[in-house]
Amino acid sequence: MRDPVISRDSELGRSEVKTTTCYMCACRCGIRVHVRDGEVRYIEGNPDHPLNQGVICAKGASGIMKQYSPARLTQPLKRKEGAERGTNAFEAISWDETFQILEERLGNIRATDPKKLALFTGRDQMQALTGMFAKQFGTPNYAAHGGFCSVNMAAGMIYTIGGSFWEFGGPDLDRAKLFVMIGTAEDHHSNPMKIALGTFKRGGGRFIAINPVRTGYAAIADEWVPIRPGTDGALLLALIHEIIEMGMFDREFLIQYTNAAELVNLDEKSDTFGLFVRDPDVPVRPDTFDTPDRLWWDRHSDAPVVSRTGDTEGRLMGEFTLPDGTPVKPSFQLLKDRVKDFSPDWAEGITGIPAATIKRLAHEMGVTARDQKIELPIAWTDCWGKDHDTVVGNPVAFHAMRGLAAHSNGFHAIRSLSILMTILGTIDRPGGFRHKAPFPRPIPPCPKPPKGVHAIKPNTPLEGTPLGWPADPDELSVDANGTPLRIDKAFSWEFPLSVHGLMHNVITNAWRGDPYPIDTLFLFMANMAWNSTMNTVEVRKMLVDKDENGDYKIPFIVVADAFQSETVAFADLVLPDTSYLERHDVMSILDRPISEFDGPIDSVRVPILPPLGDSKPFQEVLIELGSRLKLPAFVHKDGSRKFRDYPDFIVNFETDAGSGIGFLAGWRGKSGEKFMVGEPNPSQWEMYARNNNHFHYELPRSYQYMRNWNKGYLTWAQRHRLVRYTDAINIHLYSEVLQKFRLAAEGKWQGKQPPEHLRERVRTFFDPLPFYYPPLEWRQTDASRYPLSALTQRPMAMYHSWDSQNAWLRQIHTHNVLFVHPSVGAENCFKDGGWVWVESPWGKVRCIARYSEAVEPGTVWTWNAIGKASGAWGLDNDADEAKKGFLLNHLISEELPCMVGGRTVSNSDPVTGQAAWYDVRVRVTACTEDEPAESWPQFPSLPDVPGQTGFKHRVQAFFAGKHKG
Amino acid sequence: MRPAFSVLFLTTLIGAGQGLLVALVAGQWYFVIGAGPAAESGRFYALGVVAALAFLGLGLFASFFHLAKPQRAWRTISQWRTSWLSREVILLPAVVGLAMIYGGVHFLEWKPVLLTFTNQKSLDLSMALGFLVAGAALLLFVATGMIYACVRFMPQWSSAWTVVNYTLTGLSSGFIAATAFATWAKSPLAGFFAAAALVLTLTALVGKAVHLWRNGRIKPTSSMRTAIGVNHRNIRQMTQGFMGHSFNTREFFHPGSPEAVKGVVALGLAFGFAIPAGLVVAAWVVGEWQIAVAAVAIQYAGLLAERWAFFAQGHHVQNLYYQTRG
Amino acid sequence: MNDKQYALVIDLNVCVGCHACVTSCKEWNTSGFAGPLPDTNPYGAEPSGVFFNRVQTFECGTFPATETIHFPKSCLHCEEPPCVPVCPTGASYKREADGIVLVDTDKCVGCKYCSWSCPYGVREFDEVMGVMKKCTLCVDRIYDLSLPPERRKPACVLACPSGARIFGDIKDPTSAASVAIFESSGYQLMPEWGTSPSNHYLPRRKAKILLHEDELVRADNALKIEADLAKPAFSAPSIDDMSSW
Ligand SMILES: Nc1nc2c(c(=O)[nH]1)N[C@H]1C(S)=C(S)[C@@H](COP(=O)(O)OP(=O)(O)OC[C@H]3O[C@@H](n4cnc5c(=O)[nH]c(N)nc54)[C@H](O)[C@@H]3O)O[C@H]1N2
Ligand SMILES: Nc1nc2c(c(=O)[nH]1)N[C@H]1C(S)=C(S)[C@@H](COP(=O)(O)OP(=O)(O)OC[C@H]3O[C@@H](n4cnc5c(=O)[nH]c(N)nc54)[C@H](O)[C@@H]3O)O[C@H]1N2
Ligand code: SF4
Ligand code: SF4
Ligand code: SF4
Ligand code: SF4
Ligand code: SF4
Ligand SMILES: [Mo]
Repeated sequence: MRDPVISRDSELGRSEVKTTTCYMCACRCGIRVHVRDGEVRYIEGNPDHPLNQGVICAKGASGIMKQYSPARLTQPLKRKEGAERGTNAFEAISWDETFQILEERLGNIRATDPKKLALFTGRDQMQALTGMFAKQFGTPNYAAHGGFCSVNMAAGMIYTIGGSFWEFGGPDLDRAKLFVMIGTAEDHHSNPMKIALGTFKRGGGRFIAINPVRTGYAAIADEWVPIRPGTDGALLLALIHEIIEMGMFDREFLIQYTNAAELVNLDEKSDTFGLFVRDPDVPVRPDTFDTPDRLWWDRHSDAPVVSRTGDTEGRLMGEFTLPDGTPVKPSFQLLKDRVKDFSPDWAEGITGIPAATIKRLAHEMGVTARDQKIELPIAWTDCWGKDHDTVVGNPVAFHAMRGLAAHSNGFHAIRSLSILMTILGTIDRPGGFRHKAPFPRPIPPCPKPPKGVHAIKPNTPLEGTPLGWPADPDELSVDANGTPLRIDKAFSWEFPLSVHGLMHNVITNAWRGDPYPIDTLFLFMANMAWNSTMNTVEVRKMLVDKDENGDYKIPFIVVADAFQSETVAFADLVLPDTSYLERHDVMSILDRPISEFDGPIDSVRVPILPPLGDSKPFQEVLIELGSRLKLPAFVHKDGSRKFRDYPDFIVNFETDAGSGIGFLAGWRGKSGEKFMVGEPNPSQWEMYARNNNHFHYELPRSYQYMRNWNKGYLTWAQRHRLVRYTDAINIHLYSEVLQKFRLAAEGKWQGKQPPEHLRERVRTFFDPLPFYYPPLEWRQTDASRYPLSALTQRPMAMYHSWDSQNAWLRQIHTHNVLFVHPSVGAENCFKDGGWVWVESPWGKVRCIARYSEAVEPGTVWTWNAIGKASGAWGLDNDADEAKKGFLLNHLISEELPCMVGGRTVSNSDPVTGQAAWYDVRVRVTACTEDEPAESWPQFPSLPDVPGQTGFKHRVQAFFAGKHKG
Repeated sequence: MRPAFSVLFLTTLIGAGQGLLVALVAGQWYFVIGAGPAAESGRFYALGVVAALAFLGLGLFASFFHLAKPQRAWRTISQWRTSWLSREVILLPAVVGLAMIYGGVHFLEWKPVLLTFTNQKSLDLSMALGFLVAGAALLLFVATGMIYACVRFMPQWSSAWTVVNYTLTGLSSGFIAATAFATWAKSPLAGFFAAAALVLTLTALVGKAVHLWRNGRIKPTSSMRTAIGVNHRNIRQMTQGFMGHSFNTREFFHPGSPEAVKGVVALGLAFGFAIPAGLVVAAWVVGEWQIAVAAVAIQYAGLLAERWAFFAQGHHVQNLYYQTRG
Repeated sequence: MNDKQYALVIDLNVCVGCHACVTSCKEWNTSGFAGPLPDTNPYGAEPSGVFFNRVQTFECGTFPATETIHFPKSCLHCEEPPCVPVCPTGASYKREADGIVLVDTDKCVGCKYCSWSCPYGVREFDEVMGVMKKCTLCVDRIYDLSLPPERRKPACVLACPSGARIFGDIKDPTSAASVAIFESSGYQLMPEWGTSPSNHYLPRRKAKILLHEDELVRADNALKIEADLAKPAFSAPSIDDMSSW
């Protein structure tokens, strides 16, 4: 008998263990890859990595099957002469030819009209590089997935507290006592969130989940609060209402650290109506973004005083008149007035949550925050020079993601959440919300989008950054007529604060030539012909649509992908990327690093295996292209190539000559003695590799909290060039930025003004205080015809479309079904497991329905991106993903007709341009007996492409390395 | 439970073989005790044994299809202390071996008397061997039956009735085969076999009916509550953890609908018992061997159906965990 | 009965159903002692595969009082394993040293009989090799002295992000596994069969907050400080206007 105990892994062949960073999702855990005789044998979490501390997830542990996926692309491909787009008819070409084609085409565009190149990337982790490439190229038409992902979360929170959930900050579950999770199924912090939740629950913490659906995280919640989709704004306002009414807000925190006590000009005739009143005698340094000249109404002297001076104490409530007769109120009073009518009873009617529950939730939050205070013996000094002996925390933590974000009223709902967190006094404090470097940022952050046509010039880098943070109407990307500069109309009057762009409208706009036609659509890591597009059926038609001359309306499409996705079929040129185990990569501080609460962390990926076939890291492609196109950052003054390859680029690139700032923050300086700022270090990669592929700077304890107002931290951050300013980042309970746009809409702004047809829209939605409105799409939808909300959720074991090619993961989610409450089935005469039609005003799909009691009865939902086009992803034509699985995207429109003055606008949040995925309303009806048991729509099966690995066997028995014998 | 055809053939074929052996021995004993008119020839028994061996051989052959690694079949005898399967594997060759000796002794007409009783009847070697053969065959019935009866987690099988049924159906099919054989051979035993076959078949039918009735009244020992240990009245599985298939969804589930299974049960009862019983009577009365052979053939088909249904109606406890593909 | 019994304790209170344990198990074992773990139709219709560990999901109750329960399950390494004595070859056995129930794939004839004698549906037949396989409790990891001591644990345990899987000797009252069973009312699946599974499950436990009326409006209520609680003006009439005492 074989003795299992001595059958030791390390003796079964030549084994090595190498470390790198996972990329089965955007969480970026540290992994240890065991390779046996050149094959991947085992991928485990790296116990010495700060992010995942040794654990791994279902996807990460299935990396082997991604490495050996039949969908891998291995050769550059050119659409066959005469073949139609969308048919996967390609010929393999060399990289030389590929670069020639690109160099010529892009060179021409750059020399004539750089904005005719639209570079859009999906779930990538190198936006700092792709964005820099676009800027250097000179096109404003660049964005990543943020616009269709969760820009509401970023904008709503960053414009309020200077930081956000997503990859920028999170709940401190180590210290929290009460944790409220809203609209989150999985999110980017996959493993860390699970580690934290496990610890939190085992420590006896109370966990409340607010979600129309109870799966995953919500399953282990101590209380599930089912809410009607799109109504969280109402719930949050009612919670604020109750907390204010009960006097359970953190008064000291609000006065000192937010603009709650600052006085707002209420003189309607004034040009500064709705802005804070300022004392002109207070000196304002020019390098200040948060000016110290605002006024308080002092409680002791009962008179206006300059805020945060001497022994004054601002009033939060009341109504006052300044000596010059100006009526003013503290902004908190305005908030109080605003929420006066938003009572729990009011919210019950909207959200479906009983008023008593809403009240109790508010009380739980208020009492926990107030009575379970944490006081850490950490001394720190605030921005006004006051020393504190302790750091105080109110241990109520929140987390929210796309359940709030992916609605057209998400921005204001998220503002409401930020304000709720603020009045509970939980910002960057123990047990509450904590920032992660490089956050907090000034409100709004400094980068600005191009402000006019002058910013775009042939053969010249773009002025400004393609994406940025407008602080007022003058910082919009519009021309003199108010027409958008960008193909996706980001930073236009339609979506002024669309800080991540609107990728979901690029194809439609480019096809229509609105605001102008483009030449080349360059997609990297984005499956825009399938799961990341809205209105998929029509968008696929646009990609192949031709003009009167028989030319494609979108003349040239380049797709950089590692796998045979649905989008590859629509490319004219395909650039095969490597797998994550085959390339160098950087998770940079310039982008969204993996920082922890205690300080900045950035990390790298290093190759474990050689690239498969002729695949090439996209990073290398960009360096090569940048050099060939002679983009200034990639060439010397004489036009000669500056960087040998991507690793060389990472080491030697500096944001400005001699700036000492580059993509990696760790081990800078000649011999790695510096960090954040320092000369290039030729051994930087090795130093990262030796430190488990990351650099972690742990801030001194006194810099770890209250960073918006922490003088020590802000000075440190400024010295290390994380920020330009050391001003306090006071919380915008009341948003002056929004009010400025409203003033413009009202004609009271000196600078840019919205076109007439958009004035009312801007005026309505740029409310300096949060309010609730039903999602915009509902205005146009007949609720009696389409009574149900349709949602998707992230499955924990799948990343978007990536994993149906994965032999192990696809067995967990081979196809998707529509989960419905049994009452929906009863009303519409279908049974559990029956085939149904799901129709929205925009389209319909046929799929299988399954009964569930864990869903709010007015909601139906499915797992995201499981459905596939037949033949894509290296799957058999009859794979379940294509024949039973379906895509909800067919039901979602990228545009809403007749929204603004009879015109069509994007189906997005009117403030941020966030794609409103979860606003769609549907009805579900039974299929008839004679209909085929197959999902609909179906598309012609795609053949394999040349060079596609297609390792396929009826039986696959993976055993790495030496075969058993 | 998914009916494995190898097992259906195995159990029905060896059952018939064992039954036939028992019938032959009973027939011989019938003469020995003087109940029959005249003795049969050694060749008759030898031929009968050959027929029985054919059944057993075919069964054994089928059984190899059940083992994924038949080349290791020899290993299966090692656990006779605890495993009924092991015991079956030991008994089956024992029966075959004993039957061969028994047949051989008859063929050689080698009948040394071992014992003479006071009533002048004697026990010769062949008869003694016959008892051994019959005893072994009966033990084998028990072993085969116990393989199923001791699967505690299959309440439909886990009953003495399973052993009773395996034994009675085996005997019934063996005696009907014997009837056919005797009728064809124009043996005087034909009537004895037919009568016994009739009695056994009807008894088997009753036994089967009782078993079915019992199975209809089973109260499950386990429930979702105990399966996942959550004390709730209303528990539903949303997903079994995978959407395709696995061994556990193939082995323990059958493809047919409940109606189809009921139909097969009825077929099994009719073809396995009722019709053969009638045909045996007919064959007996008419004396045409073809009728008896038809009885054998029809019963065999019926028993395959009966055994298929026996599997298909088995609801394994593990199925609690595999209720929803999703 | 063994003096030592290794087992898993699974905490349903924190299991979020992420399937990390499922694929980590597959990954470790497919190239390990029990490997390979084959997949049939891996890229086609109705794929099928050998996995030693599955995570199932159950719903209890009706809306809105619904509980969703993620329920991981692998071989429970029963103390009285019914799958062992029925095996005709002795391929199925329970290790004396630590109570782990294993299949010796060199002996197994693939009769599948042991799987019929497991009420938990955790044995997995490998059609390619024609032998029975099952969770090995990662016996080829836990004794591997070439691994650092803290990594000598089953792959599924190391993977589990929420810490819902505890590995240990349930006969040792001081082990983390025993303590968890004892402190959090660990229970066995289908105890009615007398199989005495070694793996235990920890039930859902609910954290609640008890609120008292008097905590809602405390003396130092912020509204009072803001003087927002109705307070009459100084000059409003009072008894001082009239009284004589
Ligand atoms: N495993 C895995 N992890 C991923 C991804 C993946 O594909 N797979 N994708 C990554 C990406 S790109 C992103 S953006 C993040 C997103 O992470 P999540 O924000 O967790 O993404 P969703 O799955 O969209 O989850 C939305 C949740 O909100 C709920 N919801 C929908 N509408 C409402 C509402 O109106 N109110 C409330 N309260 N809840 C609502 C849904 O039921 C769902 O539970 O995940 C990242 N992480
Ligand atoms: N209905 C519905 N639709 C949604 C969402 C939803 O919740 N519901 N969520 C939206 C959100 S938040 C997001 S972020 C998007 C995501 O949408 P996308 O980012 O467009 O889509 P993905 O499926 O992540 O995959 C994009 C491409 O990346 C490729 N890829 C994977 N690995 C590599 C690699 O190493 N190199 C290269 N070059 N390519 C690689 C894949 O093959 C795939 O073709 O989906 C959006 N779509
Ligand atoms: S969470 Fe994402 S990065 Fe981490 S192991 Fe899983 S797939 Fe990899
Ligand atoms: S769980 Fe099943 S396979 Fe595991 S020891 Fe118990 S009976 Fe045997
Ligand atoms: S399948 Fe293998 S382990 Fe199971 S009972 Fe048969 S021989 Fe034993
Ligand atoms: S102990 Fe090992 S074999 Fe068993 S389920 Fe966990 S990983 Fe799989
Ligand atoms: S890894 Fe842990 S949390 Fe995830 S399903 Fe398995 S036991 Fe549950
Ligand atoms: Mo996203």
